[in-house]
Amino acid sequence: MSNFNKNYPKTKMIVPPSNTLIPERDADKLPVLDVRNLGIDFGGLKAVDNFTLTIGKTEIAGLIGPNGAGKTTVFNLLTNVYKPTRGAILLDGEPTAGKEPYEINKMGIARTFQNIRLFNEMTVIDNVKVGLGGSVKENLFDALFHTPRYRKNEKMLNEKAYELLGIFGMEDIAKLKAGNLPYGAQRRLEILRALATKPKILLLDEPAAGMNPSETAELMENIRRIRDTFNIAIMLIEHDMNLVMGICEGIAVLNFGQIIAKGTPDDIKNNETVIEAYLGRKENKKNA
Amino acid sequence: MATQINKPLEKTPISKKLLNKDTITVFIVVAFYAVYSTLIYTNTAGRQMLNMAITISCYILMAVSLNLVVGFLGELSLGHAAFMSVGAYSGSMLSVALLQSTAMPLYIRLPLAMIFGGLVATIFGIIIGIPVLRLNGDYLAIVTLAFGEIVKNVIINLDFTGGAIGYDTKAIYSTPKALLPYAAAAVIISVLLIINLAKSKHGRAITAVRDNKIAASATGINITYYKLMVFAFSAFIAGVAGVLWGHSLSIIKAAKFDFNMSIEILVIVVLGGMGSIRGSVIAAILLKVLPEALRAVDDYRMLIYSLLLILMMLFNSAPQFAKLREKLNIKNTLVYFKNRKEKKGGNVE
Ligand SMILES: Nc1ncnc2c1ncn2[C@@H]1O[C@H](COP(=O)(O)OP(=O)(O)O)[C@@H](O)[C@H]1O
Ligand SMILES: [Mg+2]
Repeated sequence: MSNFNKNYPKTKMIVPPSNTLIPERDADKLPVLDVRNLGIDFGGLKAVDNFTLTIGKTEIAGLIGPNGAGKTTVFNLLTNVYKPTRGAILLDGEPTAGKEPYEINKMGIARTFQNIRLFNEMTVIDNVKVGLGGSVKENLFDALFHTPRYRKNEKMLNEKAYELLGIFGMEDIAKLKAGNLPYGAQRRLEILRALATKPKILLLDEPAAGMNPSETAELMENIRRIRDTFNIAIMLIEHDMNLVMGICEGIAVLNFGQIIAKGTPDDIKNNETVIEAYLGRKENKKNA
Repeated sequence: MATQINKPLEKTPISKKLLNKDTITVFIVVAFYAVYSTLIYTNTAGRQMLNMAITISCYILMAVSLNLVVGFLGELSLGHAAFMSVGAYSGSMLSVALLQSTAMPLYIRLPLAMIFGGLVATIFGIIIGIPVLRLNGDYLAIVTLAFGEIVKNVIINLDFTGGAIGYDTKAIYSTPKALLPYAAAAVIISVLLIINLAKSKHGRAITAVRDNKIAASATGINITYYKLMVFAFSAFIAGVAGVLWGHSLSIIKAAKFDFNMSIEILVIVVLGGMGSIRGSVIAAILLKVLPEALRAVDDYRMLIYSLLLILMMLFNSAPQFAKLREKLNIKNTLVYFKNRKEKKGGNVE
């Protein structure tokens, strides 16, 4: 900062564009995610444009919007699966530009997928242990010769993996093949695998998809419990309005790749544009 | 339903350390060499069997190492013989040089040559590993195939390799009886190392890459590192096999390590089962022994051989057979009998 340009014209001070509301308890800490004017084009289509959002350190945030609005694309941009055409992402103050997806994970973003992506041929516990891999150091020599360090690591990994499986009471199915689990259990396992990588923020892409109301209620409780236990931020894409309005502190609404509203659940519920673009349809159906 | 999911779905089978699948694999390999050496060193074995000892060992090494790439990493490679070729030439050349300069005895010279041949093959493994990072499926198959043919043709057209006539290894030629302990050691060590690798963080990362690349990188796995590592390690073992091969012949010819050989090894891996080290070992032995054993029924030899191949394929991949195998499995039988005593408390779903 020593060599800043003194020739800039004097302008008035404004609130930085990414200054979205964040929970008051997080106000004195760096936001975990600070996304500015993020955008990507697929051919002529601006799939996401001008996406600006801040997420507090322990916030549960929601990203909603109609199908095809660009929600999953935002997750893919945040994890560098797609390289952004424009904009910047700061994770805990660090820019993530140019990083590989695995580096992004190591920096602190973990995610689940809309279409579940588990390591199907591996056991439940091994799926979690893959996630935990980053927490131990093992070189090829340790792996080939099962050195004392290897044995120490494995013991620790097993303990930690069972601990994580305990969150969803999945210890008893630890040795089953992940691909053979019922749908709900697969979704849970994907969350645990992501958590195992010790993220600062967890991105959940439609975690309640395909779940019945009681499962969804349970999931809601669990998401909150995860945030409270691990002190991390969680950002979720979800169509289930009860879930979103029930646990999210801040919500962003996406439509045709643009954020059309940001705010608390109450703000969103009462926002004219949102009701028109998104909730309105449901409301009409209910009234009809 | 919601509450059921949180309940145990199925009791995890008791994993008896003694009946661990890896223990069985190691036992099979050790038993095979114990029986084979007994037959050979007591002169009970026929000439044919004696001559095949090293060939079988080389094919086991080739099959288990290719299985690392195809079965564990999930990438199709059609040029595996090239690594064996590189190992055979470089290792044999070192062995010849050492013998001529220092008259070094076999028990030091051969292990040194094996390591050297393995390392040279590793370098080639990394070279071919680099395009692998960008390619998948059919494209990778074509690149590895081309790689194998290029290596073969380059060796044939070089002078110091003996060109098309081949590289003269009469000086370092050793009898099967002399080589068998080294072959057995190479196979047993390789199998142990691969089994160890599979059970490590490295091994899990490799299978994760195979199962789902996008999820693997989202879980913090550096796909580049693991792919290169597998190609390098696999090439090392193939290189060692080549050195062994080179010492068992009086001349090595690059033309032998062609596309046909790569395919033969791939067939062994597929027959033995993707990702199954034990399967690769058994398939390699059977596929090398069968044609010889069937000489007795010469007229029907190829017919029986083909039928056996089809049967093996079915046994390994048909779902009905998979169920049958599960039933026949020793461990499951034990668990079954144990559960029958307790009974009740059925599975959810
Ligand atoms: N890799 C891609 N190439 C081209 N178009 C894409 C790609 N990924 C997403 N899109 C398009 O971007 C838009 C947003 O998709 P998506 O983010 O999946 O929506 P959703 O909000 O339902 O998750 C859609 O029109 C989709 O077709
Ligand atoms: Mg989506």
